[in-house]
Amino acid sequence: MIITIQKSDEDIKKMIEGRDKIFIVGCGTCATECQTGGEEQVKELKNKLENLGKKVTGQAIVESVCDQRLTRRDLRRKKEAVDDSNAIMVLSCGTATQTVSEISKKVTIPCCDTEFIGTTERIGKFYERCRACGECILYETGGICPIARCGKTLLNGPCGGQAKGKCEVGGWEKECAWIQIYERLRDEGRLDLFKKYRPPKDHSKMASQREVIFR
Amino acid sequence: MIREAFSELTKAIQAGTFVYTGEIEPLKTTSLEETLETAKILKGHVIAANITDNPTAFAYMNALIPSYFIQKEIGLEAVYQVTVRDRNRLAITADLLAASALGIKNVLALSGDHTTVGDDPGTKPVYDLDSTALVDLLRKMVDDGTDIKGNKIDQPPKFNFGIAGNPNADPLDPEILKIERKIELGADFIQTQAVYDIDLMKEFVKQVSRLKVPVIVGIAPFKSRGMMDWMVKNVPGIVVPEDIQKSLLAAREKSKQAFLDENLKIFGDLIKEIRNTPNVSGLHIMTIGFEWIVPKLIEKANQ
Repeated sequence: MIITIQKSDEDIKKMIEGRDKIFIVGCGTCATECQTGGEEQVKELKNKLENLGKKVTGQAIVESVCDQRLTRRDLRRKKEAVDDSNAIMVLSCGTATQTVSEISKKVTIPCCDTEFIGTTERIGKFYERCRACGECILYETGGICPIARCGKTLLNGPCGGQAKGKCEVGGWEKECAWIQIYERLRDEGRLDLFKKYRPPKDHSKMASQREVIFR
Repeated sequence: MIREAFSELTKAIQAGTFVYTGEIEPLKTTSLEETLETAKILKGHVIAANITDNPTAFAYMNALIPSYFIQKEIGLEAVYQVTVRDRNRLAITADLLAASALGIKNVLALSGDHTTVGDDPGTKPVYDLDSTALVDLLRKMVDDGTDIKGNKIDQPPKFNFGIAGNPNADPLDPEILKIERKIELGADFIQTQAVYDIDLMKEFVKQVSRLKVPVIVGIAPFKSRGMMDWMVKNVPGIVVPEDIQKSLLAAREKSKQAFLDENLKIFGDLIKEIRNTPNVSGLHIMTIGFEWIVPKLIEKANQ
């Protein structure tokens, strides 16, 4: 899931200065789970905007804003309200904001900061698990990603910055991913994979404007 | 494989001499004066001095420059420290070519403390290579005459290169496996993080002895009570036994001089123990800001 947090009211206020007619887009998937862009948050934003004297021309909670087909369909259904607005505020991730921007051609305002691809322990507890590096090595690392979870993205850890299994990044409060990897591989009887040298990543795979096209 | 000795440090180790190395920290300055003064103090007492590369992620003068000047002006061999925190593989390769052109013979491959513990925590950390991949790069440059990708280098560098090890590491087993990984890739020697606990040091040396590479054990005496508190609090995994802390604190209650005298006693004894430990090739003395203690320490250990 894409984990988002809402921007501060102050930051949002700056971006909508001079725009008095607003259409709001929320997202029924990740942002709903993060409680950053679900029904309730869209309602809250609407109230805030109206208190600021803005007119909310309409709103849509798209099932998944990042799916262009769904967003195009839902914006078309509310065409009049969208056309009447002079900005669309998106309560979702950066991909959602760009999807709305591309489809609507309106000034589009991101109301959330996109944090990471993560897992949900429960609402309000989200943890990063993937950096979308394009070269998954989880088989070799006991199912624990050193790119997402090691402060130095080491492929051959741990470094000297671990103490009693804790990481120097953040003041030795978080687990050292490489000690976790070591323990997991040890318990699985696969320490040969721990000791194996992993050459540096091919960063050309993470070069600009990645796309997956198979049809 | 034992690589040819290119540096005086490696030559001495291979000849069976117990070596002493020191450490110099370039500061946030354009002046080389202090660095060269420090090198002068160390010369004659240590065979080489490590030049640190933006230690604790503070931006200081590029380590290559003092490495060159202490060799040229003072005649003290440098161990050029290279971290993978600030430069990608292009920049590191370029710096290593430059280092060789400037006569550098020793390189120490390090990860580098994370940018978030430094003096500008917002800095983007690089870590394109890790310290293990840096060993791979060094081996390819020296043995194969190529960069890490295999592109040919005209007149390849001649370095001896080492890695860091931490006898305080808890748990120790992954640390040993990581060191083994680097030795198999071709590292020439190990310099250790500061040790205070003789038993931890002995266990570490025992475990790495099967790798058949020289181990240079690190010690870091305390310049002041403040420094001791800082080390214990901030250096990952440093283990300073209670009795050492207690006797130093008791001495500090008397006077600053008593504190330094107690340092000489404690670390002089520690050096003796380290020298008498089988399979230890040398001692790395880290004394940033009070290098004058190095000759006294070595003298004390020889008594």
